[in-house]
Amino acid sequence: MTNENLIHYIHGIADNSMILGQRISELCGHGPTLETDIALTNIALDLLGQTRSYYQYVAELSPKDITEDDVAFLRKEREYKNVLLVEQPNTDFAYVIVRQYFFDVFHYLLLKELEKSKNVNFQAIAKKSLKEVSYHKRFSGDWLKRLGDGTDESKQKTQQAVNDLWVFTDELFHMTKDDQVVADAGFGVDNSTLKSEYYTMVKSLLKECKLQIPEVKYFQKGGKKGIHSEHMGYILSDMQFMQRTYPDMKW
Amino acid sequence: MSHTEKKIANADQIRSLEEMFDAKIARDGKIEPKDWMPEKYRKTHIRQISQHAHSEIVGMLPEANWISRAPSLRRKVALLAKVQDEAGHGLYLYSACETLGISREELYEQLHSGKAKYSSIFNYPTLTWADMGAIGWLVDGAAIINQVPLCSTSFGPYARAMVRVCKEESFHQRQGYEIMMTLCNGTQEQKDMAQDALNRWWWPALMMLGPTDEQSTHTEQSMIWKLKRKTNDELRQQFIDQTVPQADIIGLNIPDSELKYNNETGHYDFGEIDWEEFWQVVKGHGMCNKERISARKKAWDNGEWVRDAAVAYAEKQAESQEAKQAV
Repeated sequence: MTNENLIHYIHGIADNSMILGQRISELCGHGPTLETDIALTNIALDLLGQTRSYYQYVAELSPKDITEDDVAFLRKEREYKNVLLVEQPNTDFAYVIVRQYFFDVFHYLLLKELEKSKNVNFQAIAKKSLKEVSYHKRFSGDWLKRLGDGTDESKQKTQQAVNDLWVFTDELFHMTKDDQVVADAGFGVDNSTLKSEYYTMVKSLLKECKLQIPEVKYFQKGGKKGIHSEHMGYILSDMQFMQRTYPDMKW
Repeated sequence: MSHTEKKIANADQIRSLEEMFDAKIARDGKIEPKDWMPEKYRKTHIRQISQHAHSEIVGMLPEANWISRAPSLRRKVALLAKVQDEAGHGLYLYSACETLGISREELYEQLHSGKAKYSSIFNYPTLTWADMGAIGWLVDGAAIINQVPLCSTSFGPYARAMVRVCKEESFHQRQGYEIMMTLCNGTQEQKDMAQDALNRWWWPALMMLGPTDEQSTHTEQSMIWKLKRKTNDELRQQFIDQTVPQADIIGLNIPDSELKYNNETGHYDFGEIDWEEFWQVVKGHGMCNKERISARKKAWDNGEWVRDAAVAYAEKQAESQEAKQAV
């Protein structure tokens, strides 16, 4: 296992937190209630905090003299390895919650395994993040219940979000070559082993929420290989605006 | 007792309650929500506290405008946390206001319809990253000057909320100043960005301390109720005296050619404020008045089905709980 394998593996995990954190922070100040606004901002803060820990580790591993901000802001679109799910837009509150829940369950299962990594940095980050992500999962799960089993309108909107976002869930369990190398070395997690527990958990909650489980033959994929949706370019043009417009400055 | 006698007895009772109420405030006692209070006290407090709460939540918007574009991860996280603090302030203040017998929905309705006001400063646009520094430094700085005296105001829930709010605002102010300082230690382009932000925010920040004493209404009664302890002009002078040396330290120029330290008074003399601009913005014709209110309305309207779902779900849960207990 080379440092390069390890760096690519970390991108695969950290970019999910970065892009989802970015997406959720777009909602700050625009939530349906002040309480949900505060809670969602907390989740964004947790995710961005986790991102910083991972990117600081990448900067340490990199042969170049770089910082967490170079990793966050100065890569090209193809170099971001987040899954397509997290870059999906904040269409409405149902999409926000369903996207969050679909990601949180995966994130929770991943961190539970990553905590057992042979790599002490991963152990430490996973241990800290797991507490946060357990809360995220509870928050999104509780909202999913309220929306799924609330009014007819909320049910219909939530079912729509479930139907539209379900196609992005399979990619969570894809493994790149780097992922495999790092997993085989006992540092990383083999995501494919999380799949069955993931779908058991998610389907069980959907049933409890009285929502239909979509039947899908063809799933979407690409993000993990750097082939993103059209949304990604806009996310980056916002996120990288300052660094691109005013290069090499300290803020 | 005749009707007239009853009326007189009633009036006497109110007078005596009022005397007790005034005496309590005079000896620095706190008025709590369940205490008797004159109707005017209740109304004035609803107006002022809700205006304050609205300012917090509308005030989230100009800064939230830069969260997605913050220039570093550290700055992004700090800005998000700051805007979240403002939501928290809004929450305490709405809660304090609700203890006076008005619902949050009613308060929002007043904001959305334009009946309730909020601080006009938030109707100015945030055009560059340096505005995040200028807002923290100047706007939070002016807010603290306005709010510190409120920590000992007579209405208990408001005073207690203010203690916490002021602590956080003071942190925000230092954070804003630190953003400005970093820019001033940076490249020429960054310094220019900082100066430009100061140029745009200086005068609106002075206006935040309110109209001149000559133009200001309600002051006398507010002084008695400890809603106000110093006049607007005194507060403004305090802000200027405090801020000018801070600008000097980081090498920024206050955009006022008449600004000059007066050895006799021990204060800075300053130029004329453009009150026409102040009233233009207060009356709804600032650059962003419409955007700010429509953003708040949109969030509220789009959230209606979500709030309805939460209520419906809670009712279903309560029903099934009752059904279980019945068995």
